[in-house]
Amino acid sequence: MPRKLELPLSESAVRELRVGDEIEFSGSLVTGRDAAHKYLHSVAHDPSFDGMVRGRFLYHCGPVVRREPDGSWRVVAAGPTTSIREEPYQAQVIETYGVRGIIGKGGMGPKTLAALQKHGAVYVHAIGGLAVVLAHCVTRVHGVYRYEELGPPEAMWHLEVKDFPAVITMDSHGGSLHAEMEAQSQAAARALMEANPFRGR
Amino acid sequence: MAIEALVPPLLELIRYTSSGLAKDVVAALQAAGEREEPGSRAHNTFRLMLENVRRAREASAPICQDTGTLIFYVDHGPEVLSFDVEEAIFQAVRLATEKSYLRPNTVDSVTGANIADNVGLGSPHIHLHPTREPGLRVRLMMKGGGCENVGAQYSLPDARIGAGRDLDGVRRCIIDAVHRAQGFGCAPGTVGVCIGGDRVIGYAESKEQLFRSLQDTNPDPALDALEKELTGSLNALNIGPMGWGGKTTILGVKIGQRARVPASFFVSVSYMCWAYRKGELRRDGERWLLDDEPLAAPPPGRTAVPLRVTG
Repeated sequence: MPRKLELPLSESAVRELRVGDEIEFSGSLVTGRDAAHKYLHSVAHDPSFDGMVRGRFLYHCGPVVRREPDGSWRVVAAGPTTSIREEPYQAQVIETYGVRGIIGKGGMGPKTLAALQKHGAVYVHAIGGLAVVLAHCVTRVHGVYRYEELGPPEAMWHLEVKDFPAVITMDSHGGSLHAEMEAQSQAAARALMEANPFRGR
Repeated sequence: MAIEALVPPLLELIRYTSSGLAKDVVAALQAAGEREEPGSRAHNTFRLMLENVRRAREASAPICQDTGTLIFYVDHGPEVLSFDVEEAIFQAVRLATEKSYLRPNTVDSVTGANIADNVGLGSPHIHLHPTREPGLRVRLMMKGGGCENVGAQYSLPDARIGAGRDLDGVRRCIIDAVHRAQGFGCAPGTVGVCIGGDRVIGYAESKEQLFRSLQDTNPDPALDALEKELTGSLNALNIGPMGWGGKTTILGVKIGQRARVPASFFVSVSYMCWAYRKGELRRDGERWLLDDEPLAAPPPGRTAVPLRVTG
């Protein structure tokens, strides 16, 4: 059964999470992808962003959002995007803003893994392509930050979510499911290359 | 055929393709889910994927927010002018973006500015094939960036993986590409492969292979045997859905070939994510067929205010 979590999370709560844990979390979070990370890297500190994300999760996502006739926003599709592109910036963002989790897909590199360990945070792997189910998890759009400058997919969306399903694939103890999978599938791939049933035919 | 007559069915092709998966892909995902232990991470993941497909179709919402590179393969008879089809596709893409069927998903590669209507230099990508017989067939693939990024092109021989210029070498390239893709291309994916061609034709053909049904047979018996063997044996990599481990690593392997010059031997591999969006629109006498079904009017309730896009 997935473990239920409520945001914000304390450092000790985050350190209880281990690679492989299935979770369903609720609370508010912020989206941010390439342009947002580039922006955050260009300023020393952004208090508005800090207010939305401290103790919470930052979601690598460029949602499809519709403006309803009454002026409100509705999230139509909101799956994760590939995280590794933010590797150059992520460690600094985690440190500066006290982020407790990075939601995305595909995992991240050694610099981020070290930051998760040092500052107490996790990598939260969402299911790629699960745009509609995850959009249904969004119960409210609190607002959107830097929309004019960044455009709709790149803007920072402040969202309330309920029972968002994901798996911890990098934890605050140096564990990485991605590294484990890479190693075991490397051996299997080598064996499969050598065992060619068609060779010599 | 007038441009105005082409736009509505093309718009529906985009909406329909974006908001669901073809029957062969759904069947393959279902079968993959049934192979996993109930309650396991992989089992739950397949359950959520199938729920997503069902809900996207019901809500007429994009199955994935990355509505992808739009790749059109058009076969058209002499009564259809190629530049009219091209213009109708541009208009349909603009309309689909206005209606939020597509995310503003196209950027200027130098400035990084979002091209608000998804029509930019070389985008959407249109392959035109004139045919002697009258008729029109438009196939659309929507290929997200995550899976496009894990595609690979090999120039054989390749000492790193011990691949020579034969089918054993081709097989090694495919295994290597799937291993390197891990879960990053949203596994379990389907791989389209082209043996030969130049670097451009190789990739184009590898993508065209992805229009084949997962259940079909390759007309070349040697390639068919290789496809079927790899579709089973690659699961030994245990990469599983999203790379979290599991019994299904890929849904299918589709291999084509293109003639090459003696000095080159490329193997081009395109990886398509599990959110495998492909659709086919065909003119049949006076009516239109969409994935072999008569074209229906789009469902009501899609009257959103267009997104205002900046930057």
